[in-house]
Amino acid sequence: MNRNGPLALGFHTLVVAFMLAPLVVVCLVAFTPENTLSVPTTSFSLRWFRAVFAHPDFLQSFQNSLWLALGSASIATLTAVPAALAITRYQFRGREALNGLFLSPLIIPHLVLGVALLRMFAVIGASGSFGWLVLGHVVVVTPYVLRLVLAAMVGFDRSAEQAALSLGASPATVFRRITLPMILPGVTGGWLLAFINSFDEVTLSIFITSPATVTLPVRMYMYATESIDPLMAAVSAQMVALTAAAMVLLDRIYGLDKVLVGERT
Amino acid sequence: MSGAALPATSRSPAAARAARPWWLSAPALVLFSGMVIVPLLMTAVLSFNVFDHTTGVKAGEFTLAHYSKVFTDPYYLGIFWHTFWVSGLTTLICVLVGAPEAFVLSRMGPPWRAIFLLVVLAPLLVSVVVRAFGWSMLLGREGLVNKLLALLGIGATKLLYTDAAIVIALVHVMLPFMVIPVWTALQKLDPAVTQAALSLQASQATTLRRIILPQILPGVLSGSLLVFGLSASAFAIPGLLGGRRLKMVATVVYDEYLHELNWPLGAAIAITLLAANLLVMLSYNRLVEGAYRKRMGA
Repeated sequence: MNRNGPLALGFHTLVVAFMLAPLVVVCLVAFTPENTLSVPTTSFSLRWFRAVFAHPDFLQSFQNSLWLALGSASIATLTAVPAALAITRYQFRGREALNGLFLSPLIIPHLVLGVALLRMFAVIGASGSFGWLVLGHVVVVTPYVLRLVLAAMVGFDRSAEQAALSLGASPATVFRRITLPMILPGVTGGWLLAFINSFDEVTLSIFITSPATVTLPVRMYMYATESIDPLMAAVSAQMVALTAAAMVLLDRIYGLDKVLVGERT
Repeated sequence: MSGAALPATSRSPAAARAARPWWLSAPALVLFSGMVIVPLLMTAVLSFNVFDHTTGVKAGEFTLAHYSKVFTDPYYLGIFWHTFWVSGLTTLICVLVGAPEAFVLSRMGPPWRAIFLLVVLAPLLVSVVVRAFGWSMLLGREGLVNKLLALLGIGATKLLYTDAAIVIALVHVMLPFMVIPVWTALQKLDPAVTQAALSLQASQATTLRRIILPQILPGVLSGSLLVFGLSASAFAIPGLLGGRRLKMVATVVYDEYLHELNWPLGAAIAITLLAANLLVMLSYNRLVEGAYRKRMGA
């Protein structure tokens, strides 16, 4: 039941090509056998992928990013789930303000948060600390978890919870046996979305990482401002692959359409 | 946990219940107070601190000099003006491309509709550094775009490190933020109203203009404010595609902090950016809420 004319479809094709072009070109150039940025036409080579694995800086940054994303997504989930319970299950003064505060990193530019944390870390002597870097990321990824968990908590039938409570189950038991299983897709989906966002984050991180804690996107940013060679393309292609894998997982667990537009398509 | 020593009133079930949401949100509250509110307040204070190029920040001395520099120095005014029109142009292009694209997507049949919606939106989850790098390859002197231009008979054009490159890449990053609200607005359209208009002999163009456009306008508006706010504070795109010469607010803040080491001036620019951004984004929230209430009332 396509109701689009040829003009509309032509326009649509251009938009899709525009959206995919930079990602496709990055993935193609990664396989070039040349020393320059060129799209391979006759022969493909894995030399730049080998070069990435021989580059200790990129490997170190990859590890940093991985631990950072694992840590911050997990802590964000552990703080967002009880906060979401408070916001959805209780009526109290300050509820709206709390909700606004916990979602505020979505409207505060990461750049501003980055310089603010840089200042605070300098004052309290936390500059270059990996633990504080993790907490910085927790703040920016918590809203993503919170939004999915909130949506999961308001979206299900609460009569089962009420039945359990009226039968004498403690609030803790109700949460563990009824609420948590029902919101689990929202919780795991939120964790994954937080992981992706932390792994990709560059603007906040560039201010609060030290040479030892540099993340992969920050390393790539620094590298790209100095020199441009196919090594960057190979790293980028691997980031695209990793993101794609996480997206497939997110789609299976929660539904990518629900994450992106908030509903089933 | 025994409450025997406490007065009976503070252990009443009602009081315990009233305290429970605060216990549940305590970890998040501590985190956000310590990692958002405190650092922002410290930065606001820093932006008023006296700065000396030889001795650095003077914690006890305060001045308005940094703000007066931001608002009167032609260099910084020029940066803000440049950021403003680059973001404005990006927003305009996102409206002209994103709104029609959302409309075309909504008229597609399954399974293409879901597939192409994801194709258009999913780049949102790919790191902005990767996307900026992709564009720097496409727009370079030997890049694909220049080769296409050559096929059309247009000679080598310098695109990389120009405003054109920044706007193209910003549109790529921001387009999903325009498609999402317009798509959501289109989903809420009642097809019966469109049918009614068509059956009453309204032309396709009239139906689009009189029925569909007014209803997706709140979506376009909220998308525009979001795109504008995000573009104005974008860092990686102007940093990688604008080169050393073309500056936007975010890259200037970076320079002040990490090259000039004039943190108070950087803080003043950052606080100004935050204030402008909150103004734009909160009016966005107000608009979305207003549109929502209208829908609920109807």
